[in-house]
Amino acid sequence: MIDIPWDFTVIPSYFPRFYGAAWLTLQITVLGILLGLVLGLITALMRISRSKIIQGPALFYIWIIRGTPLLLQLFIIYFGLVEFVDIPRLTSAVIGLGVHNGAYMAEIFRGAIQSIDRGQKEAAYSLGMTKTKAMRRIILPQAFKRSVPPLGNQFIIALKDSSLASAVSVRELLLTARQIGSSTMMMLEMFVVVGVYYLLMTSVLTVLVGKLEKRLKVSDRRS
Amino acid sequence: MIQVKKLNKWFGKLHVLKDVDISVKEKEVVVIIGASGSGKSTLLRCINFLERAQKGQIFIEGKEVKPKGKDLHLIRQDVGMVFQHFNLFPHKTVLQNVIEGPTQVKKMPMSQAKELGHELLKKVGLEDKANSYPSMISGGQKQRVAIARALAMQPKVLLFDEPTSALDPELVGEVLVVMDDLAKEGMTMVVVTHEMWFAKEAADRVIYMDAGRIIEEGTPEKIFSKPENERTQAFLKQIL
Repeated sequence: MIDIPWDFTVIPSYFPRFYGAAWLTLQITVLGILLGLVLGLITALMRISRSKIIQGPALFYIWIIRGTPLLLQLFIIYFGLVEFVDIPRLTSAVIGLGVHNGAYMAEIFRGAIQSIDRGQKEAAYSLGMTKTKAMRRIILPQAFKRSVPPLGNQFIIALKDSSLASAVSVRELLLTARQIGSSTMMMLEMFVVVGVYYLLMTSVLTVLVGKLEKRLKVSDRRS
Repeated sequence: MIQVKKLNKWFGKLHVLKDVDISVKEKEVVVIIGASGSGKSTLLRCINFLERAQKGQIFIEGKEVKPKGKDLHLIRQDVGMVFQHFNLFPHKTVLQNVIEGPTQVKKMPMSQAKELGHELLKKVGLEDKANSYPSMISGGQKQRVAIARALAMQPKVLLFDEPTSALDPELVGEVLVVMDDLAKEGMTMVVVTHEMWFAKEAADRVIYMDAGRIIEEGTPEKIFSKPENERTQAFLKQIL
């Protein structure tokens, strides 16, 4: 490899060879985010409960996940849990990314829920709503709106973190780059190719989140 | 209608309500006045259980309401509240704000609720704002929507917590007029306010509170022209 000079002119011709891998990256990311959103919302609601028994597991989950590296979490799921249950690689990557993001999204949701003016809850109660109804009809819709910017940020992190799935042999972008790179002796060139892929995908994501943010702004502002 | 007996409330060590007794009869309009920090808003919030008093009893229509009860939300359906800062739902239009209660809590059919909503908006003079969002209307209009929203639940009593304190002076009138109309229609109301015009015009009874206690109560004529207590006298001298 050392003797072979870099040849960036080959880059365009290698793009199509990554279609499948890019699709896989997208799948891991989207499924991971969806799982993360569900876990995050449940955890956030548990976290703001007054009951210590309900709060406890949520705090524990956030503590463990935020306190250890994602790569380690993926290893534990992929190599560790495989002793007990047979989890396919892709699934373990999705679970790992989802569980990891869930902890961060929980904190995003919690912050958003707690940022909603207390008067909103009081107004809902004064109409005779139960706690659950007030949360569902009044607090959460407003909190979701406020979570969009930080969530967008988290989505981008999740997209990039999906590259760690390469460490558990999921043939997503990064692993594919390493494989093609070593077989063609064009390591750096392939890394540039996947770099462009990532950049494209994160850019599209940024634009989409920005558009969503703008659309949700219509009725915002305090009242 | 409402009876409060020996209500005591502490915020930490601060004793904000001290053995407060009040009763409100059906169709009565009671105005509570007093300096800031006298406990008048807290009293109102205790009646609606947005605050929990540590001691005392509250009866609504003769039945004692237990603060721990699971059916607090049922009680609140009959006790409407209008807040100082309106607390309209910003993600809903004016009409959606008004019909949220009837449709979600009372399960009223949408068409019927909309009819009721338009009717109430007409009553507060905001028919044309039905499809606006709260952020697009003025403070006085917001408060009128909030009144319509509370009325939509057809409550037995309406509580007003300084409904005009957050408004620019020129917008106060439009809200007071709506409240005055309600009073004339026979709505049972408990109003915490600094607007003495409203107290004189609409109140059946005025209660003066100071430092967590009820100092004096009586008809507006009595309180405003010949208050007995010297603290009441001093307070009225300051604000009139």
